[in-house]
Amino acid sequence: MADDREGTVAELQKKIKEAFEVFDRESNNTVDVREIGTIVRSLGCCPSEGELHDLIAEVEEEEPTGYIRYEKFLPVMTKVLLEKRYRPIPEDVLLRAFEALDPAKRGFLTKEELIKYMTEEGEPFSQEEMEEMLAATIDPETNAIHYKDYITTMMIDDS
Amino acid sequence: MGSGTSTQHHFAFQNAEKAFKAAALIQRWYRRYVARLEMRRRCTWSIFQSIEYAGQQDQVKLHDFFSYLVDHFTPSSHNERDFLNRMFTEERFPQDSEMDKCSDYECIEVPDTYTGPRLSFPLLPDHATALVEAFRLKQQLHARYVLNLLYETRKHLAQLPNITRVSTCYSEEITVCGDLHGQLDDLIFIFYKNGLPSPERAYVFNGDFVDRGKDSVEILLILFAFMLVYPKEFHLNRGNHEDHMVNLRGHDGRKLELEGSWSSNPGTAELDVGIPIRLLGSRYGFTKEVMYKYKYNLFQIHGKKILRTLQDVFRWLPLATVIDEKVLILHGGVSDRTDLELLAKLDRHKIISTMRYTARKESEKQAEAKKKDDQASCAQRPTPWFLPQSRSLPSSPFRLGSVPKSPKASRSCSIPCSSPLGRQELSRQVRRSVDLELERCWRQAGFPAVGEAEEPLSPVYKDLEAGELPAATREEWRQVVDILWSDPMAQEGCKANTVRGGGCYFGPDVTEALLQKYNLQLLIRSHECKPEGYEFCHNRKVLTIFSASNYYEVGSNRGAYVKLGPALTPHIVQYQANKATHMLTMRQRISRVEQSALKALREKLFAHSSDLLSEFKKRDTEKTGLISLGDWAAALESVLRLGLPWRMLRPQLVSSAVGNALEYKSWLDNLAKEQLSRENIQSSLLETLYRNRSNLETIFRIIDSDRSGFISLDEFRQTWKLFSSHMNVDITDDCICDLARSIDFNKDGHIDINEFLEAFRLVERSCSEGSASDGSPGTDAAGSGPGRLGAP
Repeated sequence: MADDREGTVAELQKKIKEAFEVFDRESNNTVDVREIGTIVRSLGCCPSEGELHDLIAEVEEEEPTGYIRYEKFLPVMTKVLLEKRYRPIPEDVLLRAFEALDPAKRGFLTKEELIKYMTEEGEPFSQEEMEEMLAATIDPETNAIHYKDYITTMMIDDS
Repeated sequence: MGSGTSTQHHFAFQNAEKAFKAAALIQRWYRRYVARLEMRRRCTWSIFQSIEYAGQQDQVKLHDFFSYLVDHFTPSSHNERDFLNRMFTEERFPQDSEMDKCSDYECIEVPDTYTGPRLSFPLLPDHATALVEAFRLKQQLHARYVLNLLYETRKHLAQLPNITRVSTCYSEEITVCGDLHGQLDDLIFIFYKNGLPSPERAYVFNGDFVDRGKDSVEILLILFAFMLVYPKEFHLNRGNHEDHMVNLRGHDGRKLELEGSWSSNPGTAELDVGIPIRLLGSRYGFTKEVMYKYKYNLFQIHGKKILRTLQDVFRWLPLATVIDEKVLILHGGVSDRTDLELLAKLDRHKIISTMRYTARKESEKQAEAKKKDDQASCAQRPTPWFLPQSRSLPSSPFRLGSVPKSPKASRSCSIPCSSPLGRQELSRQVRRSVDLELERCWRQAGFPAVGEAEEPLSPVYKDLEAGELPAATREEWRQVVDILWSDPMAQEGCKANTVRGGGCYFGPDVTEALLQKYNLQLLIRSHECKPEGYEFCHNRKVLTIFSASNYYEVGSNRGAYVKLGPALTPHIVQYQANKATHMLTMRQRISRVEQSALKALREKLFAHSSDLLSEFKKRDTEKTGLISLGDWAAALESVLRLGLPWRMLRPQLVSSAVGNALEYKSWLDNLAKEQLSRENIQSSLLETLYRNRSNLETIFRIIDSDRSGFISLDEFRQTWKLFSSHMNVDITDDCICDLARSIDFNKDGHIDINEFLEAFRLVERSCSEGSASDGSPGTDAAGSGPGRLGAP
């Protein structure tokens, strides 16, 4: 049992190392702090922006340098993965979220509605994020996002 | 009433809270989605780069192998000598005085039916512009004009210094462009967006004009034409690909397939101009392109002439350009021993190829000098990669085998240093075991055993006749290799560039020292593909500029060029010569490039199936047929050595894992099924061929020195044997014979190289078309193919 656990930890840490190295452009065991979100999320976690900021605070230097060192990142991230923190969102939960924004149960959100919710509510999108999401989701004919289909497509893509 | 209102408020509050939470959830989910896309994009990039560089390593390895044989093998019979000579003659086309006479092109007639551009000399700006337009319309320049242009180009280049000095006093703005690699769309786009060259608009093209893209010839012709028309304003630097030895290589495993046809909109101010041109799929080495475009009757005379002249033209290309004595522009980079004065003084025409150093002729006096030289530098002689002690990959031709590490030892072989006795002894041992190894191989290959050779006598050097000026010195050669092959790195210092196999990695301190030494302020170089088309490093003292957009695949990267005014402030312009990409969403773009990368990666995996299987078996100690995913990743890395994030890539490469365990044999079988469709070829043989096809092609081209397009079965067999034994490929004699015979389609005892390669392409094409067609190939759109590989 103990062996198993060690094996799991070792394997997890290899995964973390790999993901980190993809962004370690200078091969000096540091990454730009702005890439941490991408690394964490590509390891299977789905933190909110707030949770991400907390995580970054944990791995930053006392005097923030704009870079995160691998030595600090590894133990924190290992813990996150072992505890299975920041779980990804299942398809049905995501669907209900969209439905909550569509109380009339039309099955879609208009472009304006989507923009309003995404840029004014929750943890608002930047303009770039909004534009990219619109490009990918809005049906140009109806100018709306049919969220059920959208989710299905994305989930396949994402697997 | 009161309670009603508060209930309403309560509901309102709840609804607002719901909306807030719902939005937050969607955003959270979306951000993760985007992050995963970004990770995929990065991984895809790594795949392309690592495969590209591994391919370069292969080529260098192959070259090393041949070089080593030349240096150490003494042929004992006339046949062997001839055979070797044909294989290793550095000069593909020996120098003859005819080269200086202009009779070569004058006797070529241009038929009346020819509708392409006609050139007359001296060239006028209109001619150059007409060329651009003609090529845009897919016309081809007649061989006569090509040769004429090349002769004029060579005459012009020969009187230029090694380092061109440019001033912003003459033309106010100077545009510097990086690698184009035969991608004509990008060149045409640059001229469209930035303007054609003129006395007010100077250009510097920083090397690597050819190879990989399909229009290397056209790019060269355009560049040379403008250089002749605007000699003061239009400048070229030599790149590592302006080298006939590098051009010999078939391909690098990349496939570029774009749809559509060209149409330009000069009326609009659109940034993106090109609807992409269809690039003939797959593998283009420049040599192949020329031979394909300039076939003339059975003997491909024009192609040969053009290549012969180009070989010379490349050697006359300047090595670097300096703007206002402040900005240094060269193709690769620098090393901690780069000496601009030496580079300015050497005879650059003597640097035939940066792939291999051509030593001086062995005369009595020189043999003496060489002995001294050898003793001093033998410790620095690279341990050939095919020796047992250096089999650990990735090996570099420059790495010093087991010599104890010292600061100098970690650099690329440069300064021959006086060696302590220990090193001499070691190198003697090395040479002895190498000789033994060599003997074994030659015996295997069917040549009689050779005695130990203390001193390499190389008949191949007879090209340098007595009375000719000696070749470049080793030091001069290395200086040029350094500036054409080096890459910057983040760490300080200077070390051998093991990835490329030539030049070095140089750190910010090296840059700083060089800039200070020569009172410069910026180094502009190319040589490396960058996602944004450019990249600053070393405190913005080094700028990489790369002008071939969509280099790996549609959507893979932007191209860029940089403009400098009298203030010498760099102003970067980016582009992507493919309108289609802009219409795709990020997801689609990434997905497309990713598919391409994964395909290339799967091919590579397949090519190493046997090695992978044995690695898997090693880790399957209980013989369950299963291994963990961690072991899977480790096995892949130990065989392929690409440094890729295998765990990240696993979902794309393995679909069949149950839990953490993978049935490796069936995974390998599935890989094979994707790649194969010919039951009548043994899969192991095809696998081997796949892995070595680019090397095979290169070998063929080397053997086929007269470019007849044919080699004899026997030559093929012998060469393959030699090659395979050193590449550690296990193939029985029977297999080789079978293979040779099956390739000889018309049974005349000769293999047509082109047919062989064509057959390969057919195999690949029908493989990619899927196993839907039950292995009944050869009837596809290619029309008259040479028939199935292996069919009677």
